[in-house]
Amino acid sequence: MEDLIVKLTLVGVMFFGVLNLAALHTWLERKQSAIIQDRIGANRADILGWRLMGLFHPLADAIKMFTKEDLVPAGADKALHTLAPFFSVFFALAAFAAIPFGDRVLIGDRVIELQIAKIDVGLLYIFAMLSLGVYGVILAGFASRSNYALLGGLRATAQMISYEIALGIAIIGVVLVYGTMDLQEVVRGQGKLLGGWIPLWGIVVQPVAFFVFLTAALAETKRTPFDLPEGEPEIIGYFVEYSGMKFGMFYLTDFLETILVACLATTLFFGGWQVPYLQADGFHFPWGSMLPVSQWAYVILGVASFSTKVLIFCVLFMQLRWTLPRFRYDQLMRLGWLGLFPISVVNVLVTASALALFSS
Amino acid sequence: MATKVLRRRELTVWEKLYVPQIYCGLKITTAHFVRNLFLHTAHRVGLLKHLRASVTFQYPEEPRPFAFRFRSRHRLTVRDDGTPRCVGCMLCETVCPAKCITIVAGEHPDPNVEKYPVRFDIDLGICVYCGYCVEACPEDAIRMDTGIVDVAASSRDEMKLDIHELMNPALRKPIAECSLKFPHQCRLAEGQLRGSWDGSTDEG
Repeated sequence: MEDLIVKLTLVGVMFFGVLNLAALHTWLERKQSAIIQDRIGANRADILGWRLMGLFHPLADAIKMFTKEDLVPAGADKALHTLAPFFSVFFALAAFAAIPFGDRVLIGDRVIELQIAKIDVGLLYIFAMLSLGVYGVILAGFASRSNYALLGGLRATAQMISYEIALGIAIIGVVLVYGTMDLQEVVRGQGKLLGGWIPLWGIVVQPVAFFVFLTAALAETKRTPFDLPEGEPEIIGYFVEYSGMKFGMFYLTDFLETILVACLATTLFFGGWQVPYLQADGFHFPWGSMLPVSQWAYVILGVASFSTKVLIFCVLFMQLRWTLPRFRYDQLMRLGWLGLFPISVVNVLVTASALALFSS
Repeated sequence: MATKVLRRRELTVWEKLYVPQIYCGLKITTAHFVRNLFLHTAHRVGLLKHLRASVTFQYPEEPRPFAFRFRSRHRLTVRDDGTPRCVGCMLCETVCPAKCITIVAGEHPDPNVEKYPVRFDIDLGICVYCGYCVEACPEDAIRMDTGIVDVAASSRDEMKLDIHELMNPALRKPIAECSLKFPHQCRLAEGQLRGSWDGSTDEG
């Protein structure tokens, strides 16, 4: 019973953070793009005259989405058409279960890992969820009974599957270095110091894998510059035939996957909840001094560190989105298969040989 | 005809690496972002107001400055005694390419003026804001310098301006009372002539 309460609390915390961040993404996207482009951005929605820099717009958007007419095209498979957005959101949300957002907490003699599900193959689990998310996309294209949607769905599926390979192989390097697929253990492994000064984060030991991972993961989330499955203004995407909240759910999936990728990048390459030089009993600075920290402060610092890194990644993805133009489809495929895929394979080979040579 | 073949420049190895070029692009967008965010923040606390953080004009609150020659809604200029400067010569009505001006001329008691408009309507629903009426007018009686650009109505009838609104740009529909003394076709009197030259507002 207590286990159940603990798990439900963890799920609640995770969902609260992730879903709110996804809603805030709509605000962030508008405001950041506006400020980059010398504009002001959405700022009109108000409650009792308070505008709060347009922070009520996500709320207004949600109300709009829920009250809009929900249209199913004539001849479409109604069940599959309805199911597709739920598939997308469900798998995007389920993937968060394996993300560790803090170190273990001790309450009495109970040890609570700040991770919803402690899965030994957490990384594989997340990849499985990402792959299953493709079903939402292809179902949406297939069930709409529209040629545009079908082609959009095929484009999206081809892109996601192509980049998943580069993504998976890029990760192998990290798995080799830390010797585990349990994300919590990967994060713990990043707590060591290199030469006493530099934290042994994934970016330090696997810089090539990081860039490959980042690129492939951006393509996986279907965000600009890889947003040609959606291409709202001109090449029509797989969700043309969706309206109201079902359309909103596809958008929500987009933002959720962006956050998921930010979480993964943080966990694998930027030390997850690790704070540099902070260990369970306090800061151990490389010049020898030590600053003791209480257990709760340690946990809170860890969670704050994780959240900050994720937020920085979210902002970086947005910045990239508003900097780069969209790829053409052949360029996309060429980058995936002739660029990222060989680089990641070479990276795995080099990492494996280096490990075999130096660790023995 | 000679054709010129433009060849796309080959990318250098440095450019083909993508990452440095992406970094350069990020530098541009981030520079804009940081500058504008800094200015927005400074404006919040009342500093650096002379530097604009965005090119956007927050329109209803912050009207955009018009060019000197900007053509906005029309107005009829007024003599010192409150009568229109218009002499009813029909030049503007004749020159109007959209045929949106309707003038009915009446006899002016002053023989030097001869005529004046009993009725002067402009249908803004068909006006093209070309400004020919202003160019054609020999008396400087019609101008397009009110600065009014928010002309909006929910019916075609409401788009029609009559002499009351043209002589007093501050008036907005619905017009409650007529302040014109000289005889004119008054909308408030259902198109009947109203007013007289001696100052009373009797009909006739």
